[in-house]
Amino acid sequence: MEIPADRRYSKEHEWALLEEDGTVRVGISEFAAHELGDVIFVEVPAIGARVTQGEHMGEIESVKAVSDLFAPITGEIVEVNADVKSKPELVNEDPFSGGWLVRVRPDDVGDLNSLLDPIKYKAITE
Amino acid sequence: MTEQPLLRTPLYDLHVERGARMVPFAGYDMPVQYDSIIAEIRAVREGVGIFDVSHMGRFFIDGCDARALLDWVHTANINEEMPVGRARYGLICKRDGGIIDDGIVYRMSEDVYMLVANAGNATKVLHWLNYWSDEQFPGARVSDSTNHISMIAVQGPKAIELVSSISEFNQDEIKSFRITRCLVDERPSLVARTGYTGEDGVEIMPHAGDSSRVWKKLITAGAVPCGLGARDILRLEAGLLLHGSDMDETVNPIEAGLERFVAMDTDFCGKDAVKSVIEQGAQRHLVGFRTVERGPVPRSHSPILIGTIPIGEVASGAFSPTLDMNIGLGYVPNRFAVPGTALKLEVRGKPLDALVVPLPFYSRLRR
Repeated sequence: MEIPADRRYSKEHEWALLEEDGTVRVGISEFAAHELGDVIFVEVPAIGARVTQGEHMGEIESVKAVSDLFAPITGEIVEVNADVKSKPELVNEDPFSGGWLVRVRPDDVGDLNSLLDPIKYKAITE
Repeated sequence: MTEQPLLRTPLYDLHVERGARMVPFAGYDMPVQYDSIIAEIRAVREGVGIFDVSHMGRFFIDGCDARALLDWVHTANINEEMPVGRARYGLICKRDGGIIDDGIVYRMSEDVYMLVANAGNATKVLHWLNYWSDEQFPGARVSDSTNHISMIAVQGPKAIELVSSISEFNQDEIKSFRITRCLVDERPSLVARTGYTGEDGVEIMPHAGDSSRVWKKLITAGAVPCGLGARDILRLEAGLLLHGSDMDETVNPIEAGLERFVAMDTDFCGKDAVKSVIEQGAQRHLVGFRTVERGPVPRSHSPILIGTIPIGEVASGAFSPTLDMNIGLGYVPNRFAVPGTALKLEVRGKPLDALVVPLPFYSRLRR
């Protein structure tokens, strides 16, 4: 299963990708999407809301189960993926790109260093 | 209670080989999905899906009292006029009308019948049949064939065409709710035109030793293997109840909306109780609902409210990919069991708007 090298990962299977403008795009890994099965509903905080690294920030529901989403970084939500709201299946089809969930303006980009690098993340999915 | 090792159907190895996700269900290790539940549902609604339902109980009842025993324990009319080769759906009730199980009775020959029971209730049903046979119908003999013959449901608009291509099945002779013996992939088998998905199709019952061969043949012919996850949503879309979720021993057939499967002109166990419910009117009724918007899915035990007042809870609930909406069933007091009634459902502490709608949610006849 794919684990892109350009980003960091949480133990709870979220990914965090630092963008050129200094914001961090967040989604869930292909491994997590596959484990969940068909995603049918995603709930994330609204634009302007504060999220804290490691804490609950929403939920993701598949045909069979509901899972919690955890913020991989502390900061403010600056964008929510509207496409996922109307087409939750994007999380399964394109988890690392079109199926992203939120964009966060981090308080401290250095928080990313406490996340897993792709090699360490790969180890926990095996 | 000690942990019992999970049972396996004769198709277990094929499921695992194919990478199915296996889960414990009614004491069996069963495939919940092979790949995507939504894709499996679509296969059944548009083409052909196959399900291993060998975990269900298959009981043969024979002897001079076989018919009378079944007529007593089963709410359908199992009378002398029920022709050989015919099947009838109904309920098995306690004296107080509580539903022990639901199932189909097939007339195999003059004095031989088969009853197919839910896996989770199979032991209880077998005991119930034996109890009444000892008590009142000594000329009936009950035998458990669950392990001797398998059961594969082949369901979907293209199911009959596919089955006809690998068997001697005659679709013009064997219409809905009929059963026959014929060769499937050159192996002797029972083939019943029944199912639990709301689509046309059959349930093939080959000898256990032939089931892998038949399963593989069906896949080669184009059928998509489907798991219990898809089956549960397909049956809910079709408005078919699941025993244990939508009905149980605390509910009577009238409350469950199953009066059309209760033959009040025959004598059956629980009839007096059912009669008094009909006369006095049921206090609550099972209704179908759909949410007004997509969103979190109301599932079993989600509270049902009118405004802020709790009036019941969800029995079954799921996202329906066929209708692109969340749907479900639940018991509500009679005055709210009216299509169009606005309900609130509470899912993880948040209220959702829903409407009572007529059942079924989906019918192949009006799509």
